[in-house]
Amino acid sequence: MAAVSQSAMTAEPSVASPKMTARDLNLFYSDNQALFDVNLDIVERQVTALIGPSGCGKSTFLRCMNRMNDTIDGVTINGKVTLDGRDIYDKRIDVVQLRARIGMVFQKPNPFPKSIYDNVAYGPRIHGLVNSRDELDEIVMTSLERAGLLKEVKDRLQSPATGLSGGQQQRLCIARAVAVSPEVILMDEPCSALDPIATAKVEELIDELRSNYTIVIVTHSMQQAARVSQRTAFFHLGKLVEVGETDQIFTNPKDDRTKGYITGRFG
Amino acid sequence: MSLSFLLLAVAALCALSFYFGRQRAVALSGGRYSNLHSLPAHYGTYVALWCGLPALLLLFVWHTFQGSVIEAMIIADLPAEITSDSGQLSLALNSISLIAAGNGQHLTVSPEVVDAGRRLANLQSIANAALIVVMLCGAVIGVSLSYRKISPELRARNNVERISRWVMIACSAIAILSTVGIVFSLLFEALHFFSKINPLEFLFGLEWSPQTAIRADQVASEGAFGAIPLFVGTLLITVIAMCVAVPVGLFSAIYMGEYASPKFRAVAKPALEILAGVPTVVYGFFAALTVAPFLRNNGAILGLDVSSESALAAGLVMGVMIIPFVSSLSDDVMSQVPKSLRDGSYGLGATKSETIRHVIFPAALPGIVGAVLLAVSRAIGETMIVVMAAGLAANMTVNPLQAVTTVTVQIVTLLVGDQEFDSAKTLSAFALGLVLFLVTLGLNVFALKVVQKYREKYD
Ligand SMILES: Nc1ncnc2c1ncn2[C@@H]1O[C@H](COP(=O)(O)OP(=O)(O)OP(=O)(O)O)[C@@H](O)[C@H]1O
Ligand SMILES: [Mg+2]
Repeated sequence: MAAVSQSAMTAEPSVASPKMTARDLNLFYSDNQALFDVNLDIVERQVTALIGPSGCGKSTFLRCMNRMNDTIDGVTINGKVTLDGRDIYDKRIDVVQLRARIGMVFQKPNPFPKSIYDNVAYGPRIHGLVNSRDELDEIVMTSLERAGLLKEVKDRLQSPATGLSGGQQQRLCIARAVAVSPEVILMDEPCSALDPIATAKVEELIDELRSNYTIVIVTHSMQQAARVSQRTAFFHLGKLVEVGETDQIFTNPKDDRTKGYITGRFG
Repeated sequence: MSLSFLLLAVAALCALSFYFGRQRAVALSGGRYSNLHSLPAHYGTYVALWCGLPALLLLFVWHTFQGSVIEAMIIADLPAEITSDSGQLSLALNSISLIAAGNGQHLTVSPEVVDAGRRLANLQSIANAALIVVMLCGAVIGVSLSYRKISPELRARNNVERISRWVMIACSAIAILSTVGIVFSLLFEALHFFSKINPLEFLFGLEWSPQTAIRADQVASEGAFGAIPLFVGTLLITVIAMCVAVPVGLFSAIYMGEYASPKFRAVAKPALEILAGVPTVVYGFFAALTVAPFLRNNGAILGLDVSSESALAAGLVMGVMIIPFVSSLSDDVMSQVPKSLRDGSYGLGATKSETIRHVIFPAALPGIVGAVLLAVSRAIGETMIVVMAAGLAANMTVNPLQAVTTVTVQIVTLLVGDQEFDSAKTLSAFALGLVLFLVTLGLNVFALKVVQKYREKYD
């Protein structure tokens, strides 16, 4: 881990000037509690990995961070999630603008049934980020470039995105998220549908994106967490068990449950 | 013994053979079903099928031939002066069957015919008794053969599945053959019509007045069979109906599927679908008695001349009728758009309406087009509403305030009442029917193709 920034030197849940924080976050799906008093800080321009056994609430937590849980019926949330110190569950917050600042990439690549170009242009168009066709072209090109996809698709920008391979589709989804210039990108198991080569490409990409964006990634692969993240948070049964620098979590976990999980004894 | 009783008896026999077949398989298995090739129930079904199918097959064959065989026997015994004249023969056969059924007391007929009637009754009762015997024999032979064949090695499951496959093939053959039969009769009658009237005149003629002279001495016109006014009328009403049904159906589908709370949806969706259950004749008198007068009165206020039967009234009501059709089909296709696409759009900060407009609707568009095409073919084929509300006058007009007539309405009026079957007037109904059939068939095939193509993308 070459480029660990200075703010990541502490291994405590709280860090000096976090980009996002969660405080005493509880979440209920109707009557089932899925998250219990989660406290977690996300450091700016770093990759934070969320790991834990299936069903422990990683995706649920991730969706809390850009209010995607609002689209599910019967969800109750209490506690606080902040972005740059402001509560994102405040009534005055516009979810539309919030999601433009906190982008999301999903487990399964989900390109819209439109052309490659229109997929990337979707966000800038609905947010009115551009005034001219040239500007839009510019954004589309740089986003594709950043997602490492430009070389492969620049001759077929107008062909349907669904015709791309799975790995290309996932990188297109990343380009689509990048195109609205978010500050934070949330990724829920972005490589679980990809083969090792495509996975390596996406991981490389995540590492590059780190210099401009704050990234939170859910993953089931210990190796992936170790490779791409600077901080790792371990969830178990809806609770945040341990969080710290990735090196420390993997070499010297403080909690027995963390140790058990990363050494493969459960999960 | 009546036919239904006979069928009941066969069913009972089947049940019995199932029981005994199963028992025998169980006995042969020595308590361990795994010794058998198939489950005991398969052996039971095997025997039951061998009981029921031969019996039913014999019944079918017997009934197909019984009538003609007995008639031939009766005719053979009639005196030559009756059989030589076909008119007299059919009269005599009529009386004979009346006498045989015991209703011939008031007839004044020759003694030969009375005799033949008695003989017919006699033959029929013999035939019925023989049928019972033959069916039972068939069943018993089938049962005993198959029962004897039961052994642990018998592949009863495979046999049963093969037989049931043939039964299903037979059923679908019946469905297909009857459709083909109908289409062909339509086709032949239409060809018959086209041998009298030039098809070009029919398809492109601008005047429709099918009244022709029935007797040579009547004063009546030649009749004109240009179907264009009917096509225009049909098209006009369909367009009006679609103008109502497509926007209303589509928006209600979007509201129900994307915005409405589950509670509201649970109430409103069935309520909308009740519209689809209203008999079309009810829509018809609603159109004729409520909507048409309403339009005429309001038209008069506005200084418009609305005739009391108008394309507008029929089209509006037909549109209402088709709303649930459009809305439930497009609701289906829109709810098939995967959740991941919505999430992707919401995750980029799109609002609900942006997501619907830019992602869901385009993704569902082929399916929606399919739904609309199916609705169009429904509207074209709809009869009752237009009969009651659109009028009969074959006006060549695109003014929705006037009376027009449609293909279906003309078919109805052509065939209502006493008709001479081979006059051009009657036959033209078949030609119209053929056109209607081809158009709706084409629309349906196209619509289903579109819908299917869309399905492949997401399944
Ligand atoms: N939409 C929902 N409605 C009701 N319960 C849900 C819903 N989504 C998740 N849950 C429940 O919340 C808990 C946490 O689920 P979540 O999807 O966050 O787990 P996860 O850690 O992401 O698991 P995985 O690694 O398998 O993706 C689970 O018990 C799950 O059953
Ligand atoms: Mg998950």
